[in-house]
Amino acid sequence: MSGVRSDYIRPVDFKHGRVDMSHGGGGRAMAQLIDELFLRAFDNDWLRQGNDGALLPASAGRMVVATDSHVVSPLFFAGGDIGCLAVHGTINDVAMMGAAPLWLAATFILEEGFPLADLKRIVESMAAAAREAGVPVVTGDTKVVERGKGDGVFITTTGFGAVRDGVHVSGDRIRPGDKALLSGTIGDHGVAIMSLRENLTFATTIESDTAALHGLVATMLDAVPGLRALRDPTRGGLATTLNEFARQSKCGIVIDERRIPVRREVAAACEFLGLDPLYVANEGKLVAIAAPEDADRLLAAMRAHPLGHGAAIVGEAIADPHHFVQMDTSFGGRRIVDWLAGEQLPRIC
Amino acid sequence: MKYIDEFRDGEVARGLAAAIRREARPERSYHLMEFCGGHTHAISRYGLMDLLPGNVRMVHGPGCPVCVLPIGRIDSAIELAARPGLILCTYADTMRVPASKGLSLLKAKARGADVRMVYSSADALRIAREHPARDVVFFAIGFETTTPPTAVAIRRAAAEQLGNFSVFCNHVLTPAAIANILESPEVRDLGTVPLDGFIGPAHVSTVIGSQPYEYFAEEYQRPVVIAGFEPLDVMQAILMLVRQCNDGRAEVENEFTRAVTRDGNQKAKALVADVFELRRTFEWRGLGEVPYSALQIKERYRAFDAEARYGITCRSVRDNKACECGAILRGVKKPADCKVFGTVCTPENPIGSCMVSSEGACAAHYTYGRYKDVIKAAVPAAERAQ
Repeated sequence: MSGVRSDYIRPVDFKHGRVDMSHGGGGRAMAQLIDELFLRAFDNDWLRQGNDGALLPASAGRMVVATDSHVVSPLFFAGGDIGCLAVHGTINDVAMMGAAPLWLAATFILEEGFPLADLKRIVESMAAAAREAGVPVVTGDTKVVERGKGDGVFITTTGFGAVRDGVHVSGDRIRPGDKALLSGTIGDHGVAIMSLRENLTFATTIESDTAALHGLVATMLDAVPGLRALRDPTRGGLATTLNEFARQSKCGIVIDERRIPVRREVAAACEFLGLDPLYVANEGKLVAIAAPEDADRLLAAMRAHPLGHGAAIVGEAIADPHHFVQMDTSFGGRRIVDWLAGEQLPRIC
Repeated sequence: MKYIDEFRDGEVARGLAAAIRREARPERSYHLMEFCGGHTHAISRYGLMDLLPGNVRMVHGPGCPVCVLPIGRIDSAIELAARPGLILCTYADTMRVPASKGLSLLKAKARGADVRMVYSSADALRIAREHPARDVVFFAIGFETTTPPTAVAIRRAAAEQLGNFSVFCNHVLTPAAIANILESPEVRDLGTVPLDGFIGPAHVSTVIGSQPYEYFAEEYQRPVVIAGFEPLDVMQAILMLVRQCNDGRAEVENEFTRAVTRDGNQKAKALVADVFELRRTFEWRGLGEVPYSALQIKERYRAFDAEARYGITCRSVRDNKACECGAILRGVKKPADCKVFGTVCTPENPIGSCMVSSEGACAAHYTYGRYKDVIKAAVPAAERAQ
């Protein structure tokens, strides 16, 4: 008898192997990668059924769906990687609608030649983040593009969540007099990423703040069910989020520079790069707008949660036909905090 | 932040503001030009104008390296970047400056040119070392602050015999530009631009020292106070200028003693003198041709001069007709006087160069101060006159 075992397939070489076109070709290599990597990491009942989609129970109330693509460079950074970021980012988008996130769907676009060891690390980080958040990845898809047509790996995640009765969180509910609260220091994620960019390497101990915020949001909604608006200041930072609120609500917003928490290291890095921390990205912070009578209660609830212990009331909405966001500077003047024009670029001299 | 927060203290600012209000004589006005974009930026970002009395007016000068770069030079850079295999390295803001045919380096990049943003000339050198088979050109711009690092890059390239590296030199000189403004008919004869004094450059002066300004103070009888880029530096310099005006003095004073000496940085000056020489003339956006106002690479480093290597000849290209950048750079007009300001010309879609860099007068006013135009417009003229 020969030694052939009909059911044996040589395991995927996660140590030295690389993504090749066959991993997206629909053949055995693809099925094997899905089995040995994605199913094993994300393991749950829905995936185990082996269908093309997930069969989910319909809920009676209102649902939220949000989707987000992740294209971060570098893929690994202090405090996280593209995997956990893809989970946190979408969970946060769902949570910012006032919803409790229930399920995630994930799509991977892989570039030919991408090391399987890196892919494994990313997928395992993603699975760990999903488990920790209690939000399973119930369905997914993988595609491979030719070398040079991607940037290693792109991950798109879509999140589904349910909104409890009585909660209605939306930027257009903001009224003059409402208070703006921030859950902690700004700029940590952006500076951690920038410190690793190819043309800008500098040593820093700053870590990305990437985190899933749905727990914090649940606590906040318990304290103040009438919370007006929530948003996570990711790309474009706090300044952009406030401008979005101003446009949506047709109010002006005035913030106080002295009340905005910024880590010393982040302030210093921004100083020498010529950047403004107000525009630098965050991945584990939120801005909340609440009626003035609710603000103190909300602040106390935020501070009692580990992801909101550095929370502060940073400003308020005002009546302003131009919907400007303005800031009282610690220097004693007042200035506009405008939309970002293009990318934030460093100054020359 | 140590050594920074001290210079942004609101309490001290209010004290200085009170002193300026006390000492500025109500019967006269004080028109002070801050030459540098760094000062323009600080004035707008910290809302300094809110702290000054109405008769102390700041006139924004042309000291923004991106703003004074003429269209023809950027066109040449774009043509260079379009050469197959060539990598063009440049400082960030330069990427967005509008050039001919609606192009910019950023748009050229989107069309396939290999344009890379660098933080220093050393990064451009590193890229040249990493790509020995490709031509790498450093598009060098800026005043005296950025010139010594370019000199270092050229000397290193020569020492390493880095044959694929060259520099497209566009370095310009501050004293020549100040002299040009003081010589302009608007200031000298017509008096349409009253200029009672200058806030002298911060970083530029760390290199060239305070000595080069002594000539202007003497020849044109205008006081100069060299100031740092922090808001308190600017406030202190304004107070010193008000005092000089009141006393009828026209001296060079140095507020930025923590970094500027009379003779400047000798080592940096020696490096620049080794690599560069004066150009007979150079075109500035806004000021036109200014004699002996820019630097070119000396014959001995010709191998690293992109102008020689690629036979670059720059054409003079007119600004957009509606754009008032020229008048704004000379202090003749304010950003809000320009018809396209904030309408067609915005930081997202700049028509003129003053709207590009955060140091540009238009961009600074748009980003930090335009709500004041709205407030002014909302207050009836009669009320304003009171």
